[in-house]
Amino acid sequence: MGIIDLSVKLAGLKLDNPVIPASGTFGYGREFAELYDINILGSFSCKGTTGDTRFGNEQPRIAETAAGMLNAVGLQNPGVDAVIEEEFPNVANIFQKPIIANVGGFSLDEYRENCRKLDACEQVGILEVNISCPNVHAGGKNFGSDPELAAEVTRAVKEVTTKPVFMKLTPNVTDIGEIARACEDGGADGICLINTLLGMRIDLKTKRPLLANRTGGLSGPAIFPVALRMVWDVYEAVKLPIIGVGGISSAKDVCEMMLAGATAVEIGAANLKDPYICKTIIETLPETAAALGVTELRQLTGAAHNG
Amino acid sequence: MNETILTLEHTRQLTPDTVEMVLSGDTSAITAPGQFINVALPGKQLRRPISIANWSEDGLLLLVRIAGEGTVAFCASPKGTQFDVLSGLGNGFDLDDHGKKPVLMGGGVGIAPLYGLAKRMIERGETPTVALGFRSLQDAFYLEEFAALGCNLSIATEDGSLGIKGFVTDMVRDHLPDRDYVYCCGPLPLLRAIDALPQFTGGQFSFEARMGCGFGVCMGCTVHTKHGPKRICKDGPILRKEELVWE
Repeated sequence: MGIIDLSVKLAGLKLDNPVIPASGTFGYGREFAELYDINILGSFSCKGTTGDTRFGNEQPRIAETAAGMLNAVGLQNPGVDAVIEEEFPNVANIFQKPIIANVGGFSLDEYRENCRKLDACEQVGILEVNISCPNVHAGGKNFGSDPELAAEVTRAVKEVTTKPVFMKLTPNVTDIGEIARACEDGGADGICLINTLLGMRIDLKTKRPLLANRTGGLSGPAIFPVALRMVWDVYEAVKLPIIGVGGISSAKDVCEMMLAGATAVEIGAANLKDPYICKTIIETLPETAAALGVTELRQLTGAAHNG
Repeated sequence: MNETILTLEHTRQLTPDTVEMVLSGDTSAITAPGQFINVALPGKQLRRPISIANWSEDGLLLLVRIAGEGTVAFCASPKGTQFDVLSGLGNGFDLDDHGKKPVLMGGGVGIAPLYGLAKRMIERGETPTVALGFRSLQDAFYLEEFAALGCNLSIATEDGSLGIKGFVTDMVRDHLPDRDYVYCCGPLPLLRAIDALPQFTGGQFSFEARMGCGFGVCMGCTVHTKHGPKRICKDGPILRKEELVWE
């Protein structure tokens, strides 16, 4: 087996490999940096940042499901100013590549303001705009479930940054291709999908919803086929590079996701189960790629589509 | 923290829903009583966080309550089963802080981490006062073991079938009024009642929570404290009396 080239290019950013820990499963890298050299990763997406500090939801926030889990963390984070002042300096110490800054918001102004601040951070390579907050009660419509709102957020963010903007989509919609097209029209540089699927559990001891928030986001291997199908649909709908997320837990899953249309991938729930999973996947990607007959992993992107 | 493989050496049923398990393997990541391990189970997405009751160089002791599907399977595992474990998790008890008159209080399976705590206090030349509460005689376990360590042991059962009748909090209030510092572990209502006892000027409270990762990255186990949000898995499971917030 010759050397397999794992590098990919994401909206002008060259990544050593397509493996990126997903937002909310990696913190700001501190804890994982104690387990392995996180510089082996292509990049990582930090915990979703909002304008104000957020405690998030009450307990319980976590439930198990078959081949998956529900989370209703509720975007707990210290707020964009604290992230920039307190977390990013430490990131620079432990990680020497550009990071993906995941950004949330509850109004166009907030998205603009958060992204404007993050735009000034040198180490941020990509802004990943989370327009799906199914477990946050903000009143009003979910940005990610309406094509016009999705396009508006995209435009608002593009006004304040020159960094690549990837819109992270919610799967809890009727037509994900339509949402992706709206983001493309709004000027997005890429699409990241999927966020979690809306789900819930009932506690048989109390006969009440298990999560304090009632609903939570489903992640883990159970959602992989859904994520894969949506990546396929978005690949057909837009010409933008895609970061594919949802239930990936092996190098083979990475390859499936790339074949469906992903340029790079994010791995979330799997990190919680096996903290070393991203390292293992990076190490096993070469032999998996070789078995598929490619010498450059990026050749897989979209190759399952006709033509 | 490390990830390691532990081997099940021995299982003993203690009560209808509590099991003693001894596992062998690398315990080097464990630095204090009150820490826990997060055990991967076949076919389960989430690991199960279980208190370390005691540990030595070659292995560790668990006292496990059979609570749901995961623990049912875990406790029924045959001897020799190997488990993928994240070890040495959490902050553990601080043995330096407790002044001259501490008491170790536990309820039900909450007594588990108190065993290793008592052992280490004895190794430091102290004689721990231990107060344990159970529903009834048939729910009580590990009493001989605590006594054999050399603790001053008091037992309370709610139905009076063993020891003093009533709650362990009432027993401590009535029979151990000189105790002014508490190390405790048990169900939330018990911890809340212990915090309400006026005799304690300080204490270390071990909390449980549903967890995602168990090592601090997912924010699944965050609780309110007077010092801001804390992760039970990483900033805990031990929280100090002065920071506790109750709804």
